[in-house]
Amino acid sequence: MPDLLAARSQMAVSLAFHIVFAVIGIAMPLMMVLAERRWQVTGHGIYLDLAKRWAKGTAILFAVGAVSGTVLSFELGLLWPRFMEFAGPIIGMPFSLEGFAFFTEAIFLGIYLYGWDRISSRAHLWAGVAVSASGAASGVFVVIANAWMNAPTGFELVNGQAVNVDPIAAMANAAAVSQTLHMTLAAYAATGFAVAGIHAFLLLRDPANAFHRRALEIALIVGAPAAVLQPVSGDLSARHIAAHQPVKLAAAEALFRTQAGAPLSLGGWPDVAARETRFAVEIPYALSLLAFHDPHAVVQGLDQVPPSEWPNVPAAHLSFQIMVAVGTYLALVALWTGWLAWRRADLAHNRWLMRAIALATPLGFVAVEAGWMVTELGRQPWVIYGVLKTRDAVTPMPGLVVPFVTFTLLYCLLGVIVVWLLYRHIIRSPAGPEWRRFYMPGSGKRETGNEVA
Amino acid sequence: MPLADLLAGNIFVALNAYAVLGGADFGGGVWDLLALGPRKQRQRELIAEAIGPVWEANHVWLILAIVLLFTCFPPAFARLGTLLHIPLSLVLIGIVLRGSAFTFWRYGSPGGEDEHRWGAVFAIASLITPLLLGTTAGAIASGAVGDVGRGDGFYTIYVAPWLNPFPLSVGLFALIAFAFLAAVYLSVEARERELQEDFRRRALASGVALFLGAGVALLLSLNGAPRVRDGLIFAAWAAPLHLLTAAAAITALAALWVRRWRVARVAAATQVSLILWGWALSQYPYILPPDLSIARAAAPTATLRLALGALAVGTVVLLPSLYYLFRVFKRSDRHLPTDA
Repeated sequence: MPDLLAARSQMAVSLAFHIVFAVIGIAMPLMMVLAERRWQVTGHGIYLDLAKRWAKGTAILFAVGAVSGTVLSFELGLLWPRFMEFAGPIIGMPFSLEGFAFFTEAIFLGIYLYGWDRISSRAHLWAGVAVSASGAASGVFVVIANAWMNAPTGFELVNGQAVNVDPIAAMANAAAVSQTLHMTLAAYAATGFAVAGIHAFLLLRDPANAFHRRALEIALIVGAPAAVLQPVSGDLSARHIAAHQPVKLAAAEALFRTQAGAPLSLGGWPDVAARETRFAVEIPYALSLLAFHDPHAVVQGLDQVPPSEWPNVPAAHLSFQIMVAVGTYLALVALWTGWLAWRRADLAHNRWLMRAIALATPLGFVAVEAGWMVTELGRQPWVIYGVLKTRDAVTPMPGLVVPFVTFTLLYCLLGVIVVWLLYRHIIRSPAGPEWRRFYMPGSGKRETGNEVA
Repeated sequence: MPLADLLAGNIFVALNAYAVLGGADFGGGVWDLLALGPRKQRQRELIAEAIGPVWEANHVWLILAIVLLFTCFPPAFARLGTLLHIPLSLVLIGIVLRGSAFTFWRYGSPGGEDEHRWGAVFAIASLITPLLLGTTAGAIASGAVGDVGRGDGFYTIYVAPWLNPFPLSVGLFALIAFAFLAAVYLSVEARERELQEDFRRRALASGVALFLGAGVALLLSLNGAPRVRDGLIFAAWAAPLHLLTAAAAITALAALWVRRWRVARVAAATQVSLILWGWALSQYPYILPPDLSIARAAAPTATLRLALGALAVGTVVLLPSLYYLFRVFKRSDRHLPTDA
């Protein structure tokens, strides 16, 4: 395995692993806080049980996220020393801010997890709010740094050196708003639907189980609004990359030829050698319309740059299709749920809805991974778009296949253990039958309406 | 003071905090591994209770140091990542295993077979990580992570800088220091007299071992790390610093002897901090001796100013939060009354 490929693979595995924990670390504390608040307001023990279970889940996932995030911060130097040497002064700022946000998150998570009987219930709830807010802030800061790699600014390039460095301008890069918005919404949508999906699956077998009903409601409150907003933010992202990263858009859409009134290709397989996309369903003018809000706008194709500067077109196109398909599915399910909730229907007894939500369990994370593939693969061969190529950033150290295989095996092991622990401690129904009394058969309508509307 | 020195100093403050706080969490793992006697289970329980609420926050000091390093001194970060790739990767594996095993252990099934297994992984990772962390520090101090006089060949470039008696002795020293800190802190936090005595004995023993470890490292520095040696022996600040360090060390041991637990805690943390600052001063003005100075490695002034601003703002948020965390979980009025 060539060293560059090994380094890229190790980075990809590390990010693909960490992103799952980072995303859950943003959204799960919010669910935990909402459950605790419901407990304080209603006094129903079921919410306390939920808050504690989600806190336990957060504890396990945050720990793995913290250590895998540490790995990433080091790997920037272990694998890409030349990238960091160039980019550090320009884009280190958001990483430093992320450091502080992460610090705050770790401190208040410690207080939240171990402080149930040591601080007042009010202080405890606020500790949870601090975890939730600083988790979202760390995500935003890291994504700002990534956005800069896509839309580098805040410096001038003189003989390969960065001069007139302006870290504030670098943070305010053109991709920052659309990317942070898209990623933050993705975090809430993916986690919300993953949790909702698990409980929907269990409710299919036991629709009267109050524990799963409450869990479902809170998870949907977090996930559904984000899923509805996500296509709007996706539109913002698409228009940004159309204007600033045309090659990425061309690869994602498998558009080989620059054209006015470009069609949108659904599905299909890009044949790079023949420069055409086979078996795709084309919607005339749709791509121009989506990218520029003008059906006759000219959309740049891959022919604008030499093939040596093309990303992996099939991979980018496939990832993009998956992300958009899943995003659309989640948004539709969220709208359906919202409509039923507004009609005050009993969600848990709607078997088709429960099936649709259960199906969504892994999908949000599939979309997160796919979307990240689009943005990273779509930028290749550049690590800093138009400035530094990935192959020029890699460490000179040979034998990189060894750390790649080592970290991959380590992460596979951790992944299996985490899933097993979550199953054992978080997802399984409580053994005690006392929750049954909380759910009153026949009053499902009123009860569900109160929670969701 | 130049801006770059100020930031380098701040990074070292973060490393110092990591050593006396995060280091002690690793040390706790070492004592978990070495738990023995009739109170074996209770020792382990105390260690886990002491580490549980704080280890993640303590761990962030390292991340803070790293992000500040690559923001403010990118060439130093790039060179560390390249030449110390192997020990740093091993440190990362240790960090991953320590953190996740601790969590799996604490959230695993109580009393089950897997609980014991995760506890063992946690303990072994806690032993190996400080060794490797200390080794990388030793490699830096020895001047082996330099740009001059390197031959070629994989071993010369990527292995020789750290696989040497001096860096390894620093690794051993770091391990003993962390274990010593942990034993001292645990003797403060123990709520049972017998347990307190267990950790007092461990603290005294590791405190003495620390002297021996320091002696070995100093001896090896004669050939292994000339700059450190010269700094620690001939510099104007050397004698007062040694006196202060020795005073702290003796205070720590004496306080343990007479069971003045909280005095021992402060003295032990001071002792380890002074040793670290001795290292920092001995290699000043170099961030990576023998050739990369703080000034030469520094990022542009605009970046340094902003980083300092971020540090100031961050500290305003951080310090009260940290104070709150430690007040909630490390309040000393929960402990035994002290007597002889």
